[in-house]
Amino acid sequence: MSVFRRLRPKPTVLRRLRAASFTVAVALLTAGCRFAVLDPKGPIAAREKELILISTGLMLIVVVPVIVMTIAFAFWYRASNTRAKSLPDWARSDAIEAVVWGVPLLIVIVLGSLAWTTTHALDPYRPLAGDDKTLVIDVVALDWKWLFVYPAQNVAAVNEVALPVGTPVRFEITSDSVMNSFFIPGLAGQIYAMAGMRTELGVIADEAGSFDGLSANYSGAGFSGMKFKALAMSRADFDAWIGKVQQAGRPLDAAAYAELAKPSSNNAVAYYAPGSPALLQSLVDKYRNAPPPAHPGG
Amino acid sequence: MNAIFGKLTLEAIPYDQVVTMAAVGLGGLAALAVAAAITWYGRWRWLWDEYLTSVDHKKIGIMYVVLGLVMLLRGFTDAIMMRIQQAISFGANPGYLPPHHYDQIFSAHGVIMIFFVAMPLVVGLMNIAVPLQIGARDVAFPFLNSLSFWLTFAGAILINASLVFGEFAKTGWAAYPPLSETSFSPDVGVDYYIWSLEISGIGTLLTGVNFLATILRMRAPGMKLMRMPIFTWTAFCTNVLIVAAFPILTVTLSLLALDRYVGTHFFTNDGGGEQMMYVNLFWAWGHPEVYILVLPAFGVFSEVVATFSGKPLFGYKSMVWATIAITFFSFVVWLHHFFTMGAGANVNAFFGIATMIIAIPTGVKMFNWLFTMFRGRVRFTVPMLWTLGFMITFTIGGMTGVLLAMPGADFVLHNSLFLIAHFHNTIIGGVVFGVFAGITYWFPKATGFRLYEPLGKAAFWCWIVGFYVAFMPLYVLGFMGMTRRLSHYDNPDWHPWLVVAAGGAGLIALGILFTILQIAYSIWKRDELRDLTGDPWNGRTLEWSTSSPPPAYNFAETPHVTELDAWARMKASGGGMFVPASPYGDIHMPSNTAAGLLIGILSIGLGFGLVWYIWWLAAVSALAMFAVLLHRLFEADIAFVIPAAEVKDLELRRLEAGAGQP
Repeated sequence: MSVFRRLRPKPTVLRRLRAASFTVAVALLTAGCRFAVLDPKGPIAAREKELILISTGLMLIVVVPVIVMTIAFAFWYRASNTRAKSLPDWARSDAIEAVVWGVPLLIVIVLGSLAWTTTHALDPYRPLAGDDKTLVIDVVALDWKWLFVYPAQNVAAVNEVALPVGTPVRFEITSDSVMNSFFIPGLAGQIYAMAGMRTELGVIADEAGSFDGLSANYSGAGFSGMKFKALAMSRADFDAWIGKVQQAGRPLDAAAYAELAKPSSNNAVAYYAPGSPALLQSLVDKYRNAPPPAHPGG
Repeated sequence: MNAIFGKLTLEAIPYDQVVTMAAVGLGGLAALAVAAAITWYGRWRWLWDEYLTSVDHKKIGIMYVVLGLVMLLRGFTDAIMMRIQQAISFGANPGYLPPHHYDQIFSAHGVIMIFFVAMPLVVGLMNIAVPLQIGARDVAFPFLNSLSFWLTFAGAILINASLVFGEFAKTGWAAYPPLSETSFSPDVGVDYYIWSLEISGIGTLLTGVNFLATILRMRAPGMKLMRMPIFTWTAFCTNVLIVAAFPILTVTLSLLALDRYVGTHFFTNDGGGEQMMYVNLFWAWGHPEVYILVLPAFGVFSEVVATFSGKPLFGYKSMVWATIAITFFSFVVWLHHFFTMGAGANVNAFFGIATMIIAIPTGVKMFNWLFTMFRGRVRFTVPMLWTLGFMITFTIGGMTGVLLAMPGADFVLHNSLFLIAHFHNTIIGGVVFGVFAGITYWFPKATGFRLYEPLGKAAFWCWIVGFYVAFMPLYVLGFMGMTRRLSHYDNPDWHPWLVVAAGGAGLIALGILFTILQIAYSIWKRDELRDLTGDPWNGRTLEWSTSSPPPAYNFAETPHVTELDAWARMKASGGGMFVPASPYGDIHMPSNTAAGLLIGILSIGLGFGLVWYIWWLAAVSALAMFAVLLHRLFEADIAFVIPAAEVKDLELRRLEAGAGQP
């Protein structure tokens, strides 16, 4: 008995290590179902995911043999292996050259044509086919929060955007500060938000849910807190949400906007009504068409 | 503003930042310790004559490598601070670094690792190996070479000065406007960024000119282009890229400086400025820069795999053409860094496909290295381990790179941690592994003794395991929608992966520690590790035909080259240690000069004056730089002669020492 007990691993260190690695493993595995990019809830993000998987598969045709051959060749042709054939002057083979230029070339032709078609199909500016009329939402990147303006509904919200499920949405995006990137990983790709410019992003949500939205381009001190929730909901819930904003909101007039545009971090959700439908165009004009300001003491 | 100190006040020194002050204190102590040691051993004169004022390419190469390794410690300290911050700054815990500090750290990490670690290490290896490989006595312009080094050194000093005086940029390493403009970054951080890169960038450009001239004009007789060692070929292509790309960076940063100092509107939001033009120009330099770094690494792997497989490189011509193809294509892919800026689908698709095309020559290289091992006799030395680690790691990095080149996929992966994982995968797996392979490979040539092998192997295993543990989680986090440069996050799913990544960084720290130990131990045991043959690895190219370290003049008589792998051929045809065929002659060599060192130090004054608006300092430094340059240009006595008798004496001693060796 005592012999067996002595053979057992020392309980403290090993068991603690095992427990710790178990906790980490469980944490990693349960995290497995939360891959925003690989668990898309919109047709665009779904095609983007499909594209990632197909391209990876095609490349593995070259990658796997290279890795296997690296290990196999290094092992078999080790200097101590007397059974391995040695040809110390062999340094050329046209047949091998043809294969090593040819196979990657073929794969790149396939990948390249895939790139051409998908780049056009997934162009964020491409109008999305849908039964409903397209919903336009204006997005303004500020230091450091996102302002969403619904021109048709005449409301606006900070750090929260609602969209009806199944309805094509066109985000029209600009910045009243530095460059940011507008990104909802679970629904679609990203596009830069830049002052004096209007970029576009088409999105459809397939399912109801709350999606994380963020800025993917570093924009200064408050960048980490520049997050929002994208709420995909039924048409009825969406109408109710608009109603809620209309009820709760204060007007987004010049004074309110000036206050909002001041740098601030980790902003709470805020609602505005009426929502300044012409804001986006006025911001673009402010930078694009205005004469250069005088520089005192330049 | 003060006429004497410009914007600089005592408040600019961050006394209250414990971490910064500790780092500065430790750095200062280390510098003092080194200075004290040099004084104790009475080596100042030696340091001045042998290194600081030297124009010898081998000595300059060693100084570049030392600079790169010291800066690696700084850049890595930034890295591990970021990893610790992200491992703890989750939910209610804000971490130990506020954004003000964290944002400087990731900006400094990127700038230092690219400009003051990777570049000096790569340029250092070129300095050590290229003139020897082509049978030359030095580079084409030895003084210019010294000047290049000291300008790079000045840039490194200036960027580290931002630790003590003021602060560094909080803009990311690319410093995109309008964030980097005065309206959003009024402090001196971006100015440190601009002037340290302007000064070191000019040094790099001069290196490019120098090496192009050296490789094109100074090859040994008979060494046609298609007989050049492959490392020299990759160095040649890299210098073509330097000469073509670095002026773009210099001009772009000058325009940004005009915006900040004079009030122009090149990249501002208002006044008709165009921020997208900066992004365009920055990457028109930035993408070639990637290949400036990795091509020489490819060259190192090619030399190493051939030497340690005991075979000529498989498909030499194919390798050369693949290198040329990469050089060309690296200039037509820059837009893939900003597919998400709103260019049309046609433009994005063009640049995506151009990027994928680079994968073809790169894949060819990979297969050529594989078939070099095929039917060879592979010796698992430390350089060979780095090469094998590279071949596996870089293949994965290449795959994720092609994925990012697919615009449709890039829309969800751009600026995510997937991107961070990808470029560390290629830069660590490619450039860093290549540099370590190269340092280990050429160390005996440069210093006369080998690096102690067991510690090198320990460093390799820590690095490669640490790399996978640190960066594979970042790929996963990219798929989970985590973006780069976050100092804090709320998503609980990200946390365990970031803890694992921090552990990986710890392993890499261990790898760096082993490298330091290896160098220290090898210097201590240098007599046991001495290489008397000049050819410790049974090498194939000309650098192994002379002694280790080579005499100042490299070759007593310029070798005649008739084939590829000239030294392997000489050995095969019965020649051992290279013996000159004709009587020894006098050798003309360039004299030492302090002009490069002086101009470099003065350029620190120039940069510091510009950063802090200390106009008198900037003006005086600029004038003094010009005066030193003029003095140097009118100096008549810039060379000396090593008499034939002395050459003969040196050569006979070398042959004698080598004779007793296997």
